[in-house]
Amino acid sequence: MLESVADIFNTGAKYVIPLLLCGIPFYGLVVKKVKVYEVFVDGAQEGFTIAVRIIPFLVAMLVAIGMFRASGMLDLLLVTLAPVLQLINFPPENLLLALMRPLSGSGSFGLLADLVEQYGPDSLTAKIGATMFGSTETTFYVLAVYFGSVGVKKIRYALFAGLMADLVGIFSAVYICQLLFA
Amino acid sequence: MLNYIWFAIILLSVIAGTVTGKIDAVTEAAIASAETAVELSIGLIGIMALWLGIMKIAEESGLVDLIAKVVKPITLKLFPDVPPDHPAIGSIVLNMSANILGLGNAATPLGLKAMQELQEINPNKDTATDAMCMFLAINTSSVQLLLPATVVGLMGTSSSQVFLSTILATGLSTTTGIIAAKVLAKMKRFSLPSPAQE
Repeated sequence: MLESVADIFNTGAKYVIPLLLCGIPFYGLVVKKVKVYEVFVDGAQEGFTIAVRIIPFLVAMLVAIGMFRASGMLDLLLVTLAPVLQLINFPPENLLLALMRPLSGSGSFGLLADLVEQYGPDSLTAKIGATMFGSTETTFYVLAVYFGSVGVKKIRYALFAGLMADLVGIFSAVYICQLLFA
Repeated sequence: MLNYIWFAIILLSVIAGTVTGKIDAVTEAAIASAETAVELSIGLIGIMALWLGIMKIAEESGLVDLIAKVVKPITLKLFPDVPPDHPAIGSIVLNMSANILGLGNAATPLGLKAMQELQEINPNKDTATDAMCMFLAINTSSVQLLLPATVVGLMGTSSSQVFLSTILATGLSTTTGIIAAKVLAKMKRFSLPSPAQE
């Protein structure tokens, strides 16, 4: 039952993009008589400006994150936090992924791939990891890109709200998986 | 706020790099990351152009307004400062839909479009509005319903189990993001406009 529902969703997902790429111009041209080619080109023009505007924000953020990852600070945190987390039943194997997730998408995906390889996709460790990966975002990157694209420098409470959501997502992943799959 | 966090990350990295003897790697990472940032931004141009083009068609044909109208009861609650007929609402909804479907590539351009439209009604151009913070709180909490193809590839037959646990965890994290944004917006230290903010 569960498998088939997920299957239907995932097969359907393959058609979403083609459907959008075809359906929106169809509606525009056939139903509303919009000059779809001309309007498309008009809209596409903005892509360049926005991408270029993001650059300084992304440089600032990624340099700080890159230094942080290379410094071994995550390993130090790992050693410091591990005993505390054992108390609350948080599996130490998943800690590095949890710490990496808000910082780097490719980095955390690499860690997830590593967990799957080491423990197998059927292991609780891998399932917790995949759930963590799916239920949180690369908060720092998203904030830099989104605020950067409009030149907003004072982001007020956006980072706190995002990190709080990440924290809850990570702990939910651990406990929900332990409850469902252990 | 970001000033302190940004500096703290760099300072901690240099201290930790010195302690762990990885200071060379820290230097290299700083330079390599700067290059990566530019490559990532430039790499966005194509996909941005594609979706912004399609979005423009959706806008001109009235599709965006239509969608905005349908979800009005929800968006009115989440984004009370944004006029319900404003184009930003349509873009926000499309961005969230793309996220829910796991279409990360389409979600970013749509989200950036939403940010631009929110910026139009922002009186302080360098400061985030409550609507922007709420939008990003939802966004960074990951409103994903479908697992990304990469994760499905990795997890194989376990995917359907993870599909379930992810929906539950995502529900909790997104709810937290929304509540956090609502509560923090009312706090004095984040009030708008505040020239004392760094």
